[in-house]
Amino acid sequence: MTVLREDFAEILRLVRPGARVLDVGCEDGELLELLSREKRVDGQGLEISPAGVSACLAKGLAVVQGDGDRDLDHFPTRAFDYAILSKTLQQMREPRHVLSELLRIADQAIVSVPNFGHWRMRLSLMSRGRMPETRALPDPWWSTPNIHLCTLRDFTDLCRELDLRVDACAALSGGKPARSIKPDGPLENWRSETALFLLSRRTEPRPQAMARDLLGEIDLPKPAALAPKSRRRRR
Amino acid sequence: MDAAGTTAASETDGGTLRFPAGQGLRLDSGARLEALDVAYQTYGRLNATRTNAVLVCHALTMDQHAAGTNPTTGKPGWWSRVVGPGLPLDPERYFIVCANVVGGCMGSTGPASTNPATGAPYGLAFPVITIADMVRAQAMLIAALGIETLFAVVGGSMGGMQVLQWAADYPEKLFSAVCIGAAPRHSAQNIAFHEVGRQAIMADPDWRGGAYEVAGVRPEKGLAVARMAAHITYLSEAALQRKFGRELQRDGLSWGFDADFQVESYLRHQGASFVDRFDANSYLYITRALDYFDLAAQHEGVLAKAFARARGVRFCVLSFSSDWLYPTAESRDIVRALNAAGCRASFAEIETDKGHDAFFLDEPQLDATLRGFFASTAQARGLA
Repeated sequence: MTVLREDFAEILRLVRPGARVLDVGCEDGELLELLSREKRVDGQGLEISPAGVSACLAKGLAVVQGDGDRDLDHFPTRAFDYAILSKTLQQMREPRHVLSELLRIADQAIVSVPNFGHWRMRLSLMSRGRMPETRALPDPWWSTPNIHLCTLRDFTDLCRELDLRVDACAALSGGKPARSIKPDGPLENWRSETALFLLSRRTEPRPQAMARDLLGEIDLPKPAALAPKSRRRRR
Repeated sequence: MDAAGTTAASETDGGTLRFPAGQGLRLDSGARLEALDVAYQTYGRLNATRTNAVLVCHALTMDQHAAGTNPTTGKPGWWSRVVGPGLPLDPERYFIVCANVVGGCMGSTGPASTNPATGAPYGLAFPVITIADMVRAQAMLIAALGIETLFAVVGGSMGGMQVLQWAADYPEKLFSAVCIGAAPRHSAQNIAFHEVGRQAIMADPDWRGGAYEVAGVRPEKGLAVARMAAHITYLSEAALQRKFGRELQRDGLSWGFDADFQVESYLRHQGASFVDRFDANSYLYITRALDYFDLAAQHEGVLAKAFARARGVRFCVLSFSSDWLYPTAESRDIVRALNAAGCRASFAEIETDKGHDAFFLDEPQLDATLRGFFASTAQARGLA
């Protein structure tokens, strides 16, 4: 049996059984398959690469070939319980827009971001004077897909600006089990290599009119699971 | 041939199902076809639980011979790449049905059929039909074959539009739906090209107001020109360039109007061979049905509403990157509407330079995608 990726293990823990899940950038569908198997979720993937889409289809997953930067706009409001964006927010052209879209189409978003404030980054930049190449961000500057890197503090600032609530946060470091953290805690911006957030809106999303008159908006039947949620207590 | 007993008699079967007068087809136009013939082919056997039936819907100029050998042309069936042993739609596993559309000219009732009111071919007395009419006739056939639920309804181009219509009209009869290289409505450009084709046919003096058969002639020139114009829309600029470029038929120019260029000769051949197998009036009627197709308009202008009852259907929508007849954007509109309706939908754009016709050409990515989708859907249906 292969070792479960630590972010997958944490996502698996966070997701409610039977939920409707959108995985943005689902690659070959590994996470969706896991969630379907373990949590019986009603999953949908969004993936840009043809190979990833084919792999998902072969696994029996529902997947739409598309671009997280452009195609989230076309999903209806509150169509999902969770929208997952794993380690790709920093590769988006407009992370701010993507984040707010995730929380329009889903009630909660699960987003993980590499923390550029981690001590390895700081030390590498300080000592070498070059763009850090670490185990979390191994590519040289000229080939990295990461165009919008941020620190833990930058990310929580953006959440505040978008009026998002952090329902849970876990620090992930290469291979170790996830560690539940307070993202504004004094040392977390130094010691968290990657942070995984469970986010929700503080206010109701404004339904976005469809871009094309052809589509319109229709009322989606709401499963019972979606009735006003009691905020769950974190141990 | 009687329909009863034709199922599961052998691996490949077919015939013409004749619905007697009184059980004819109600049409969207308000007219009725009193007697209705539906010509069809089947491949494979219906299983004991009747859960493995697949309906394949054909495109504008194709017919019920999806696999095997087409008796008219002597060539392999139009979807021999997909339907057959070891292929994504394997008759060992599925009971595959393909029927000639109403309005067609390969055995189903169409403008060349005998008008029971006059005893002569219908010609222009044939009522205008729609995609929904074609689907209604298919639903009658499926019911007559003893099939309650289709494992899948599949089609490319006009076949894809029939798939969408199935999802809108009979979602409860579908387990899955595969729509390839289609659109939710005909665009102005689509209608424009069809109008060129129709005008070419009607400008042929041998068309005789549609009554050419009675006069013992055929508007072959007009139909050939219609086919030539349409055929260009099925290819891509890149594919034409790759196949023909500016290559000449023979050394030097003729300094006249012979087919100097290979592409001219190719199109002339396409036109000439088409008239041998297709009826000009059928071409008028089926292109009209396509032009009238607008699934959103049937649902208060909101495409998502067309799929409101189809939440239990597993959709797969596929497009081709170089298809400019029904471009990827049209398929994306379908997918967005499916998403808006809360349907389970997959979508992939297949990278190819072969244009619209890629859906029945050598396109390994298409084969692999279909194979994956059918295999996993079959598992979900308990057919594995």
